[in-house]
Amino acid sequence: MSLRAPGLPRAGLGALIGVGLAYAITVVARALYGWDPVVDGEAVLQVALIGAPFGFLIGLGAFDYWFYWAAGRKTRPEDHSSHGAHSWKDYFRVNTDHKVIGIQYTVHSFFFLLVGGMFAMLVRAELAEPGMQFVNPNAYNGLFSVHASILIFLFIIPVFAGLANYVLPLMIGAPDMAFPRLNALSFWMLPMAGIMFLLSFLAPGGSFATGWTAYAPLSVDAPIGQVFFTIGVQFAGASSIATALNFLVTIITMRAPGMSFFRMPLLVWANFSTSLLVVIATPFIAASQFMVLLDRALGFSFFDAAKGGDVLMYQHVFWFYSHPAVYIMMLPGFGIISEILAVKARKPIFGYRMMAFSLLAIVVLGFTVWAHHMFVSGMQEWIRVPMMITTAVIAVPTGIKIFSWLATLWRGVLHLDTPMLFALGFLTMFTLGGISGVSLALIPFDIHVSDTYYIVAHIHYVLFGGSLFTIFAGVYYWFPKMTGRMFDERLGKWHFWTTFIGFNLTFGPMHLIGIQGMPRRVADYSQQFATWNLFISCASFVVGLSTLLFVYNMVVSWRAGARAPANPWRAMTLEWQVSSPPPIFNFDTIPTVVGGPYEYGVPGAVHGVFKGAEVKTTAAPAGAAPAGD
Amino acid sequence: MRGRPVLVMVIAGVVASAIGIALGLTIHWFPTEASTQLGDIKTLYDVIIIVSVPVFVLVMTVVIGAVVRFRMRPGQEDQDGPPIHGNTKLEVLWTAVPAALILGLCAYSYVVLRDAERAPAATAPKEINIAVKGQQFAWTFTYPKDVAGGKALSTTELVLPEGRSVKFDINSEDVLHDFWVPEFGMKIDAVPGITTHYRITPNRLGTYPVVCAELCGLGHSVMRSTVHVVTEPQFKKWLGGQNKPAAPQGASPAQLAAAGKQIFTGASGCSGCHTLSDAGATGQIGPNLDQVLKGQSDAMLHQDIVDPNAAIAKGYGPNIMPQNFGQTLSESDLNALVAYLKEATQ
Repeated sequence: MSLRAPGLPRAGLGALIGVGLAYAITVVARALYGWDPVVDGEAVLQVALIGAPFGFLIGLGAFDYWFYWAAGRKTRPEDHSSHGAHSWKDYFRVNTDHKVIGIQYTVHSFFFLLVGGMFAMLVRAELAEPGMQFVNPNAYNGLFSVHASILIFLFIIPVFAGLANYVLPLMIGAPDMAFPRLNALSFWMLPMAGIMFLLSFLAPGGSFATGWTAYAPLSVDAPIGQVFFTIGVQFAGASSIATALNFLVTIITMRAPGMSFFRMPLLVWANFSTSLLVVIATPFIAASQFMVLLDRALGFSFFDAAKGGDVLMYQHVFWFYSHPAVYIMMLPGFGIISEILAVKARKPIFGYRMMAFSLLAIVVLGFTVWAHHMFVSGMQEWIRVPMMITTAVIAVPTGIKIFSWLATLWRGVLHLDTPMLFALGFLTMFTLGGISGVSLALIPFDIHVSDTYYIVAHIHYVLFGGSLFTIFAGVYYWFPKMTGRMFDERLGKWHFWTTFIGFNLTFGPMHLIGIQGMPRRVADYSQQFATWNLFISCASFVVGLSTLLFVYNMVVSWRAGARAPANPWRAMTLEWQVSSPPPIFNFDTIPTVVGGPYEYGVPGAVHGVFKGAEVKTTAAPAGAAPAGD
Repeated sequence: MRGRPVLVMVIAGVVASAIGIALGLTIHWFPTEASTQLGDIKTLYDVIIIVSVPVFVLVMTVVIGAVVRFRMRPGQEDQDGPPIHGNTKLEVLWTAVPAALILGLCAYSYVVLRDAERAPAATAPKEINIAVKGQQFAWTFTYPKDVAGGKALSTTELVLPEGRSVKFDINSEDVLHDFWVPEFGMKIDAVPGITTHYRITPNRLGTYPVVCAELCGLGHSVMRSTVHVVTEPQFKKWLGGQNKPAAPQGASPAQLAAAGKQIFTGASGCSGCHTLSDAGATGQIGPNLDQVLKGQSDAMLHQDIVDPNAAIAKGYGPNIMPQNFGQTLSESDLNALVAYLKEATQ
């Protein structure tokens, strides 16, 4: 345990130095302005929230290589000592291997799924009966705010980055990501955000309690806990921007010979599209939160109407990120589902090119719909109708994807194992979420139900029945590749059915109580909603418990599951053509891609060949010629 | 379903759609309809159900049909499906049909929206214009001079005549709120710095809740009030009675306290935030009055109501309690309330 070598002890020291520096900066700045230099607690805290995480990252060694390079010291470019994991301890170090980072991301994200899920259980426990039982209104507002923030910024968005981090370089035949050190830094910025969100409960005045949307001016006047969100989001956002750039460069420059864009698996297409969204949209949430921070800390008045600020500007800037963010949370899942359906139905993806183009269409349209969150915000009336049309039209490319998946299933040979069950569950639940999404685009109906439980139901059908089901499907699907072990199929099916049924019983009735008039984000509600809320709370505990089945299955199977063969699903994409888990630099020989990724049912077709193997070119490129039905 | 799988699925799909639509139209989705605007929204929702149930049934039918008919059977472990890559006709069809359906829905919604927001015809009874102010955590309604008889009238409860269009001009003192009566259907945010509007025409007598739909902080869930839809003569009578004091001049202390109790539990909304055992109030947003008001003088009690920031109970922040009770409550109401609080806590 040396404090000079990079690692967790030095990281702890770095964080302390960060706090000390924050204190010093505040005292010096106050003295220079002629104010009483003795501590103002809030000022120190705000600076420390920025300083301490950087101290932690530097101590951990995330910047060592770049510092060495900047200082002109020897950088050891050929030393791959930080590549690959030999024991579980290596997962707590800065590691540049995309497979290790992928697992770090995924496990870290699932930890936060459990934390966020636990907050959800507390929220539902409080709502089981009218009146206040377990928590006071301030704690309640904090619970649902942290619940949503954690699950969005520390689970759904990063877990997709984690899964893609693991499989994407393998899928395109690359030895690693384009920028391995940036990749490691991207991961290590995430725990900063998570720790901040959780520590906010210790702040005077309680956790941030303004919802995950943190609307100004409430967030400007809120107690200091709000700053934990304002700054934490910056770390989560910086992490996803860096990852997205890494994906874009990797996909554009590091594909194996022969892998044209239209021979890429749809997961790669999906992450390509998502990365475009992230790079363009994420700076907007950074901007919105920086404006809140400047209003709070330095007395700016972006959002202070009394001083000429514009309250609605917050929502425009915020939703210009946060609507595309819904697609950031959907598109990678679309990719996962395409992989699984083709393999498990033993058929090529129907309409491959349309599937790729519809992803790009969603990327473009995703930026044209932000103000549909603002139909009752008091914005200019004329914006509403164009937003209604673009919002409704985005259902068309989404519909194309759903119908293409259905056509992929048709006449296949369906292997109904756990990944496939979650994929089919996703298809049905996401369709419901899409339909309620169209109903919300229709302004008069939206006016009645916005800010009610109908919205809560819709967003959970999209992000739970949509994103989370694709995440479960993907984790089960690639579990053998990542761990070299098979999971317990029986437990997996139990997990699916308890989640599927519990989920529908929880969120289905919310549509009804929403239309009937129950507002969202309320700690207490009127007596007329009591029966349904008790029912919903009971059902939600079933979902909560079902997650424990999943955790048990993953942990036990990882330790003692049956050994997985290289290609248990007989898939064609490249990641399945190497051992499980793959060798440290992925491929012993560079693969050459000779056909489409989903040529199931084509005799003798292969997607890629390795040097020495015989090249067969009978496979038609995917989507080249409609074979008819 | 061996021989004609598609035919069986079409029949199953049509039957399931019919059942789904029937069920969707039968379920009592909405609260009691108390405005013409909500009536139009309900019709729009019926159309949404009629269009979307078949779409969902189509997806479900294909998923279930494929699972039943094409699931892997023993002996098929190594078989593949036919290598079908696409079908241009089908793909055009499933792009064009949803696009047409969606544009149709948008067009219809636009018509509903225009009707909901249209000003009443010149022949209709004169529209009432009410100013709504949201603040943490209470609503204040102000009736204009011409309606209230020469002097603007501010209340904490809303009373509306049936059958007359009402236009609300909404703004906020502090943070975002959202003015919503579920039974009226329409809602809009109260935004600091701008005034927002909507109009409704109440069409059913009764008493309905006013809620705040936009998260506004600690007391968001208790930021409630009441709207009474009454007949035109009752409305006139209510307006006439508004400027009279709650307790007559020279009332006995007992009468005064009884009037104060009514103010506490009723219109002013004190019981939503405070606990006071005498009034049966159990609110937890503000301090427990049983404890904090003990031994206070009349003047201190008066100050607690009209200037709550002057003395804040330990453990509570400033600006949580509305600061305009001095304006919304008349002097005699205030006296009654002070008399009651004194009696109830000492």
